[in-house]
Amino acid sequence: MSALVVFLENLGGRAIGAVHRLGFASRFLLLTLRNSGICLRRFSLVTREIYFAGVLSLIIILVSGLFVGMVLGLQGYDTLVRYGSSSALGVLVALSLVRELGPVVAGLLFASRAGSAITAEIGLMKATEQLAAMEMMAVDPIGRVIAPRFWAGVISMPLLAAMFSAMGVFGGYLVGVRLIGVDEGSFWSQMQAAVDFREDILNGVIKSVVFGIAVSWIAVFEGYDAPPTAEGVSGATTRTVVTSSLSILALDFMLTAFMFRGA
Amino acid sequence: MFATDNLVEVENVNFAYDSRQILKGVSLNIRRGQVVAIMGLSGCGKTTLLRLIGGALRPMRGEVRVGGKAVAKLRHDELFALRRRMGMLFQFGALFTDMSCYDNVAFQMREHTDLPDELIDDLVLMKLQAVGLRGAKSLMPSELSGGMARRVALARTTALDPMLIMYDEPFAGLDPVSMGVIGQLIRRLNDSLGATSIIVTHDVAEALGLVDYVYFMADGAIVTQGTPDALRASDEPFVHQFVYGETDGPMPFHYPAEDYAQDLRAGEG
Repeated sequence: MSALVVFLENLGGRAIGAVHRLGFASRFLLLTLRNSGICLRRFSLVTREIYFAGVLSLIIILVSGLFVGMVLGLQGYDTLVRYGSSSALGVLVALSLVRELGPVVAGLLFASRAGSAITAEIGLMKATEQLAAMEMMAVDPIGRVIAPRFWAGVISMPLLAAMFSAMGVFGGYLVGVRLIGVDEGSFWSQMQAAVDFREDILNGVIKSVVFGIAVSWIAVFEGYDAPPTAEGVSGATTRTVVTSSLSILALDFMLTAFMFRGA
Repeated sequence: MFATDNLVEVENVNFAYDSRQILKGVSLNIRRGQVVAIMGLSGCGKTTLLRLIGGALRPMRGEVRVGGKAVAKLRHDELFALRRRMGMLFQFGALFTDMSCYDNVAFQMREHTDLPDELIDDLVLMKLQAVGLRGAKSLMPSELSGGMARRVALARTTALDPMLIMYDEPFAGLDPVSMGVIGQLIRRLNDSLGATSIIVTHDVAEALGLVDYVYFMADGAIVTQGTPDALRASDEPFVHQFVYGETDGPMPFHYPAEDYAQDLRAGEG
């Protein structure tokens, strides 16, 4: 009986803790948005962070995009050829990428490459009292440190997802057309005819913007909330990757359910 | 008269983290132009006191006044305006690791003033020259030794010529030469800027040689105060133990525990 009580108490405690943290994170997001004025006045602060979060993630995004596209080319051809519709390979590759794989895989890579770096940097700045020092110098760390990193993530994410998809289409082309020998004309023309700008591309962009907000929010919050110790920062970095990845997958399901209802 | 003589007045301040009482009725005054040390063992509440003066924490009872204004009652913008006239040197310097020494010192000038770049350049070089590190302006904090980092942080702290400079353990982890250099710089900068300085430290030898007045803290309260000479001559057991670094005395060597023999026997059973 007492074991059950302890179990229920723990369960309740954890649930309350999680809600409490979510509330804290939401207030933190509002505070970040409210203190974002400096990012507009001094956009160079954001540009600098876009370099670290976005430009330095390019290699991993482009290489992954290429390989994902090449695998799609191989797998897609293998399936389509059974139905004699290998000319639709371009459509399959492009739709898979712009609707799903582009935003989701780029989001997952962005969370592990840039999200973890943002958390670790902010956590270490906190642990080494750099944030406290900034506050003592009458400079608000939320505006000066957090907001530029948040916006840099939000801006970088859709651009990276677009580049991931473009590179993937190119990978599919390399394998499908160049290697296997699918007709080049039908590869491109069918793709052009079947991919709708609003239905497919715009919805993909909306997904990547939502993922960008989620990952950046989680990354800056975990960094700011990290206990100021080596252990605390490492735990926060791990949590950023895990929470962001799960959020991306859950949000993807919800967004897909709203966007593509068998139309 | 009262308000003009003392820059900082701490009156009967209590502070606790959750249920742990840190400060118990602390009162002290810091006179303008002086360098004052607050000494005590690690964990006695010295750093908390600095944070209260800087407005990073609020007292639960009592009042902290800087320049006659109660810090805890200031609005956010008023507090930030006050902080522009304060400098704080953190224990390990807290330099911004993604900026060079130059940019660290220029940080506040760029954030708070509209000075043209040429003027900021001159000011930064003067600040770095004052701590002897003009030649290290383009180095990153990771390339500096502990003593050098502390000196750059000192240049950054005094960037806007503050009226009050607070030092949190400025001597911690430094070799004797760097310690002497930092000590001299604290005194010189204070006198040349016409500032007031508060040093929180447990380094007795270094501090007594440089300050005008000393407060001793133990267990969250001020236990004694006086000029360095008076404290050296003091025969109060607490002061004697602290000044001469004796291992046992009013401050016990052992953390409170059960009877030793009983504890050992309990292990056998």
